[in-house]
Amino acid sequence: MDMKRDYFEDVQLLKDRAQKIWFGILVVSLILFPFVSPNYYIYLVNYIAINVIVTVGLNLLIGYTGQISLGHAGFFAIGAYATTLLMLKLHVPFFLAIVIAGFLAAAFGFLLGLPALRLEGPYLAIATLGFGMAVTTIIGRVSLFGGHMGLQTPPLSIGPFVAKNDREIYAVIMLFTFLMTFAARNITRTRVGRAFIAIRDSDIAAEALGVNIAYYKTLAFAISAFYTGVAGGLMAFVLGFINPNIFDLLQSILFLAMVVVGGAGTILGSVMGATVVSFLNIKLEAVQNIPGVGQFLLHISQKWLSVSGLPNFTFVLFGLILIFIVVFERLGLYGIWLRTKIYWRTWPF
Amino acid sequence: MFGQLVINGMAVGSLYALVALAMVIIYKASEVPNFAQGEMAMVSTYFAYMLLISDRVPWQLALLGTLVFAFVLGMVLEFLFVRRAKEPTVLDLIIVTLGMQLVLHGLAGWKWGPDQKDFPLPISDTEVVQVGGVVISYLNLTTMITALVLMGLLYAFFQYTKIGVAMKATQQNWMAARINGIRTNHILGITWGISSVIGALAGVLFAPTSTLDPHLMWDPLIKGFAAAVMGGMNSLVGAALGGYLLGFLENLFGLYISLEFKSIVAFLAIVLVLWFRPSGLFSKHYERRV
Repeated sequence: MDMKRDYFEDVQLLKDRAQKIWFGILVVSLILFPFVSPNYYIYLVNYIAINVIVTVGLNLLIGYTGQISLGHAGFFAIGAYATTLLMLKLHVPFFLAIVIAGFLAAAFGFLLGLPALRLEGPYLAIATLGFGMAVTTIIGRVSLFGGHMGLQTPPLSIGPFVAKNDREIYAVIMLFTFLMTFAARNITRTRVGRAFIAIRDSDIAAEALGVNIAYYKTLAFAISAFYTGVAGGLMAFVLGFINPNIFDLLQSILFLAMVVVGGAGTILGSVMGATVVSFLNIKLEAVQNIPGVGQFLLHISQKWLSVSGLPNFTFVLFGLILIFIVVFERLGLYGIWLRTKIYWRTWPF
Repeated sequence: MFGQLVINGMAVGSLYALVALAMVIIYKASEVPNFAQGEMAMVSTYFAYMLLISDRVPWQLALLGTLVFAFVLGMVLEFLFVRRAKEPTVLDLIIVTLGMQLVLHGLAGWKWGPDQKDFPLPISDTEVVQVGGVVISYLNLTTMITALVLMGLLYAFFQYTKIGVAMKATQQNWMAARINGIRTNHILGITWGISSVIGALAGVLFAPTSTLDPHLMWDPLIKGFAAAVMGGMNSLVGAALGGYLLGFLENLFGLYISLEFKSIVAFLAIVLVLWFRPSGLFSKHYERRV
């Protein structure tokens, strides 16, 4: 369809007029959104936007560098607690606090990335799983972190401006989401991103070609942890309250699910995956209220299972989705999108 | 004092060794760390719980039924999910096992609710026997003996039975095993079944000391992984030794450093072992295919 004449045309962010128009529509609708929408949906979009940040960061690690992490809830927790504590105890201004929190998470990511140099696949998954669980254990037992009771988040204040409701937090979160998604998209187009991809495809070949594997693997971990840490800091304000149980193993798996559902190795896929998975996650909390399906599930629960355990339906569904994606559509939603696009390209012939 | 420490370490280490053995058996056959191992054991433990509280079957029979259930569960999961992934990479298989983990966790929470239950195993956790100044509860004694017996059985199984040898062959070289007329698919199913049975034993023996809820096996899971990593993921003997060593280290840490943070020993063990001896403490070399 389109001919690429040089490398920069190939990696251009917005390739043609249609993309520019769509992108403009997206930006305008995201700006207008808080003025027309009820509060609940703003909360939902905030939640989704934060998960987009995490998923983009995690995808840099999983999809681009080919390393796996089951401990991202740990970084998420580090970001959330660091931001909250810096603002509560040391009265650091918001922007500074969240950036410091991001770098703190990145430092932990760097440390966790060090063993990653020697490990691949299964070992790395195990080590990161252990990391995630160790973080929540420590947080739950130290009184500075509020123990199992958790911490109340301070109000989100930037200079004289104080964000009181979801609508005002929305502006801050969207800013971060946009900046960080763009940054990720740009990272993948640079020397660093190409090094990541080379490592994913074959780390031995990459090393033979002069890519410094040790440096780039730890860098991938650190960047990914930075994204997750910042997202964690933002999440603290959306929830208004944090405790260790939010950041458990299931949360890590949920992040992984977002990457896998969206499609590993694409930024657009990350956005789609995070949106779909977090939307489902929130909506299915009250699955019995969904017409049709809800009645059916309630009936099943009454007959064979238990009504009080019905919210667990989410886990069952996500588990099946994960397995189905591996079996049938490895590129996830992005793969479906690509195939649809290719199918319609020559329509009606 | 030290003797007591060793015994306590052995008792809890037996559990870790069981979980680690269950993992290593699958890892050797399928090349995947089975993240669903803990939830498989948890579901089997719930099954045992249902049989035990129903009062219709004697508890010995209930436990036997649980083991059969666990075997079937393992085979079914392998057949339904793991086998469906065609030419999977390590990442694909990890995702599949995580998916199974979510499904099982969700189903258990859906069926039995999030509330904590007491597991009514008629082996006492509080009554003790005293051997030369060292105190062991009946439950811990049972755990230790079960683990040792099971290790003996596994050894005999892999050494002397036809299926065991076929399993070893499949683990060593899948293609060659197939050429020699071994139904490797069946062998894989049986492997998952056996692993699930071992996990179920660990779950049933662990549940009385904890409370039964869908998170039951998270802690033992990571400990089992730590033990398996210490043993090198590839050797059954290593996994067993790793389990005992971890149990011992944990108790040592709890006694001399901090009881509160005992549970991070597993993570430290994983990281340190992988950092200094990526092939595990007990095996000789580390190799990978290009």
